Amino acid sequence: MLETEIRVTREIAAEHGLSADEYSRVLEILGREPSITELGIFSVMWSEHCSYKSSKVHLKRLPTHGPRVLQGPGENAGVVDIGDGFCAVFKIESHNHPSFVEPFQGAATGVGGILRDIFTMGAFPIAVLDSLRFGPITNDPNNSPAVGAATEEVARNRRLLDGVIRGIGFYGNCFGVPTVGGEVQFEPCYSNNPLVNALALGIAKKENLFFARAQGPGNPVIYVGAKTGRDGIHGASLLASAEFSQESQQKRPNVQVGDPFMEKLLLEACLEAMKTGAVVAIQDMGAAGLTSSSSEMASRGGLGIEIELSRVPQREAHMTPYEIMLSESQERMLLVAERGREDEIFRVFEKWGLDAVEIGRVTDDGRLRILERGNIAAEIPAHAIAEEGPAYKRPIAPPAHPAGGASLINFAPAGTDFTENFRRLLASPTIASKQWIIGQYDHMVRTNTRIVPGAGDAAVLRLKDSRRALALSTDGNGRWCWLNPKVGAMHAVAEAARNVACSGARPVAATNCLNFGNPEKPEAMWQFSEAIDGIAEACGALKVPITGGNVSFYNETLGKAIYPTPVIGVLGILEDSSKALGLAFRNEGDVIILLDGAAAAETPIEGLRREFSSSEYAKTIHGIVAGEPPAIDLTAEKRLQDCLVALATDGVIESAHDVSDGGLAVSLAESCFASDGLAAHVALDGAEPDESALFGERGARAVVSVRTDSLARVAEVAAKYSVSAQSIGKAVRGGFRIEYKGVLCVRGTVQSLHNSWSGALEKALRYGSTTNIGQ
Amino acid sequence: MKFGVVVFPGSNCDHDAFCAIGGVLGRPVEYLWHRSENLAGCDAIILPGGFAFGDYLRTGAIARFSPVMTSVAKFARSGGLVLGICNGFQVLCEAGLLPGAMTRNRGLRFLCQQVYIRVENTDTPFTSAAQRGQILKIPIAHMDGNYFCDDATLDELERENRVMFRYTTPDGRNDDAGNPNGSVANIAGICNRERNVLGLMPHPERAVEAPLGSADGLVILRSMVDSFVRRIAIPA
Repeated sequence: MLETEIRVTREIAAEHGLSADEYSRVLEILGREPSITELGIFSVMWSEHCSYKSSKVHLKRLPTHGPRVLQGPGENAGVVDIGDGFCAVFKIESHNHPSFVEPFQGAATGVGGILRDIFTMGAFPIAVLDSLRFGPITNDPNNSPAVGAATEEVARNRRLLDGVIRGIGFYGNCFGVPTVGGEVQFEPCYSNNPLVNALALGIAKKENLFFARAQGPGNPVIYVGAKTGRDGIHGASLLASAEFSQESQQKRPNVQVGDPFMEKLLLEACLEAMKTGAVVAIQDMGAAGLTSSSSEMASRGGLGIEIELSRVPQREAHMTPYEIMLSESQERMLLVAERGREDEIFRVFEKWGLDAVEIGRVTDDGRLRILERGNIAAEIPAHAIAEEGPAYKRPIAPPAHPAGGASLINFAPAGTDFTENFRRLLASPTIASKQWIIGQYDHMVRTNTRIVPGAGDAAVLRLKDSRRALALSTDGNGRWCWLNPKVGAMHAVAEAARNVACSGARPVAATNCLNFGNPEKPEAMWQFSEAIDGIAEACGALKVPITGGNVSFYNETLGKAIYPTPVIGVLGILEDSSKALGLAFRNEGDVIILLDGAAAAETPIEGLRREFSSSEYAKTIHGIVAGEPPAIDLTAEKRLQDCLVALATDGVIESAHDVSDGGLAVSLAESCFASDGLAAHVALDGAEPDESALFGERGARAVVSVRTDSLARVAEVAAKYSVSAQSIGKAVRGGFRIEYKGVLCVRGTVQSLHNSWSGALEKALRYGSTTNIGQ
Repeated sequence: MKFGVVVFPGSNCDHDAFCAIGGVLGRPVEYLWHRSENLAGCDAIILPGGFAFGDYLRTGAIARFSPVMTSVAKFARSGGLVLGICNGFQVLCEAGLLPGAMTRNRGLRFLCQQVYIRVENTDTPFTSAAQRGQILKIPIAHMDGNYFCDDATLDELERENRVMFRYTTPDGRNDDAGNPNGSVANIAGICNRERNVLGLMPHPERAVEAPLGSADGLVILRSMVDSFVRRIAIPA
């Protein structure tokens, strides 16, 4: 019955990445040998990237429900009720492997893919954030492998950073969505495996949401958007679901090529088509292209879909059914229309100059049937490929030796002047100003960006039809997760939510991008499982359910894995956009207050040494990566965040900035840098060693500035939430200075400190090669 | 006074211009689809920012062939107000309604930031409400905003006071430090000889509300309204 040129054998199945067991399962489902096209379909749909076969059993432990969650994981994106009949649609996704192979196009299509996930649900994209990780971009003068790298490696990392930034800008700028935030960190483990995670947020009216669920047997299946080419074939299965070797550059043809102009047309046309009321279901063709969109829509609707491939618009001649089904050409959508109203849809796509072709129909037999000129090229139960993929409970084992170096940091004697170390910390690429990157992204288009990147802890977007605003932040500390995956993952959730609260918004929901190593290795799987437990606990405690996201395994090159890096994006709602808070000090004479959600507990010195050895300071100044992330107290976090939201709502604080990378000293400096020339005069007291007090990264803390006439009210609100509010200094004109226990230990003009901080990234990149200059 | 905002398929600041006029300025405004030659009786036309046709090869080069541009050219010749912002400026240059051309920013990177521009000439319908020498804080967002023209054209522009805006430092110095993209003579915006067609790279429509960074762009939009009202009031 099947017209196949190649007879499928177990060897060919193995080359497609299907295990012997998985292939046996294919034989069982079909009751016969698959055609080569069917094998291709199974191989992509059951790949790690599409099937979540190693992660599924763990992801079930994540909290996914909440009063505002309208759609949790399982659709193209999560949906959250934001009031007044509107909802926020958002999700984060990785594009790590393609970005390593071809940084410009890899990053560009990462943005394109996540944008389609948003507008395929009927939402208009209003913001993009990018969470990026690269290897070192500076040569370390001390030759510490924790900080710098060899010249050749540094050059490559710079090229990757440059390409990724250009790619993200190229796509978002042309498409017309503001890129409003994210973070960038640098660690040696990402040298051969950078991370590019893109988050997109959209807005829709609740009743205008669309879902990828086929309905109505006999309804036409319509292909819209760009033509299908041979690009990206097996992107999901070969690129995203295997480790890298030295031959990985040969995988460049597996990377897709992005066309943001086409995506813009697709956005406008899809939203206009949806308005006609003739669209029944719609899904973008992302990973595994036509295969996933057709089988998933059919499966979710409990129906079948039949497609005639000769009708698929094609960019190249003589494409085989196998190639058409597996192509990952970008900027394409598949939709189901109401029979009899096709013309309304065709008219819209004609207006925007896009292909829209009826390529098949919905059937009631539950099968995905692929025809080529009337001959069956593949016929598989849709549910079997979309939902009945393998699920593994892979072996889990903690690493034999604890992560991190053996020697902990020795604190400098009390009374040391730390100004020089402080300057070096400010200039470390992870902490340094990201203005060089921010300026390459259009972060203002659509005129909703209330807090621009760098001006606040979270991006804040006002909603034009409402008084409300939305706040978004992404976070994740891979180094901490490596040292303790569970606690590190909890910190990622806590910091993202804290950032949102610092902007004045109440955190309401989260999305996660889980970047890990090879799941077939028990240690990597242990890291994953621990991280899931940490995320689950923190999301539960902070009331931010997970609404979606993605898992990226196999982040290994030549057997060396990245730090386990869960990246968490948290969404918050600000009831009154005029109350949005930035991090800049605003008025001379304002009092600087340190809010601390944790009761002051005395940590023994050994504990402080362990915690401080995992800090950015320990890494940058001493080349030490050891110990444990700071202990986390989620009730303290919740108290602090509730307190911040209450203070912002009351309008009694002028600025808010959390204490994170680089500790209190860096937070204070950043609030000065963002201000109109103000400096901080701060005097601290305490029992801990100087460096821990200045640069320690314990959570549940934030620096706020307050007008003197609001001090009483701030104290009152803080007391109500059992948060300690300690007055530590003032915003002044003059020099920046921090005293600890009566001794001046950090000092300098704001301008000179600013110089260390602001030019670091650009200076590091100045001699880096540039590639692929895009629009 | 009714504004029309032209929509090319890749325009992406059309919505912002629409909101600035309709929402903030409170004036009638409608979208004009690029394939139609009908300007719907609009009294001023805005060519908005974006990437009209993807603009992968040369910005604005395809947009000038859209049917709407025939009408816009006719409208401009008859004295109608035409404001080209960013991509709109690029399109006006390509269409020959303004002299010169845009090349890639000198740093070869996309630039999105607040810049400062000085109002050089207030004797135009786009700047009548501004003070001469006034410094406006308005954002830019472009890859190709490095304005270039030959010496003869530059002389002519200067002689005829057609350089409307120049990039400056925040304190108004018209030197290289204030020039973000390498434009010749720090040019941020120019008009035609008749002063009814303005092209500028900064985005006044993004600078109409102080909470979003600046409201300095309003002076340009308000000038357009004022001068139109004056023109109606005093018949020629």
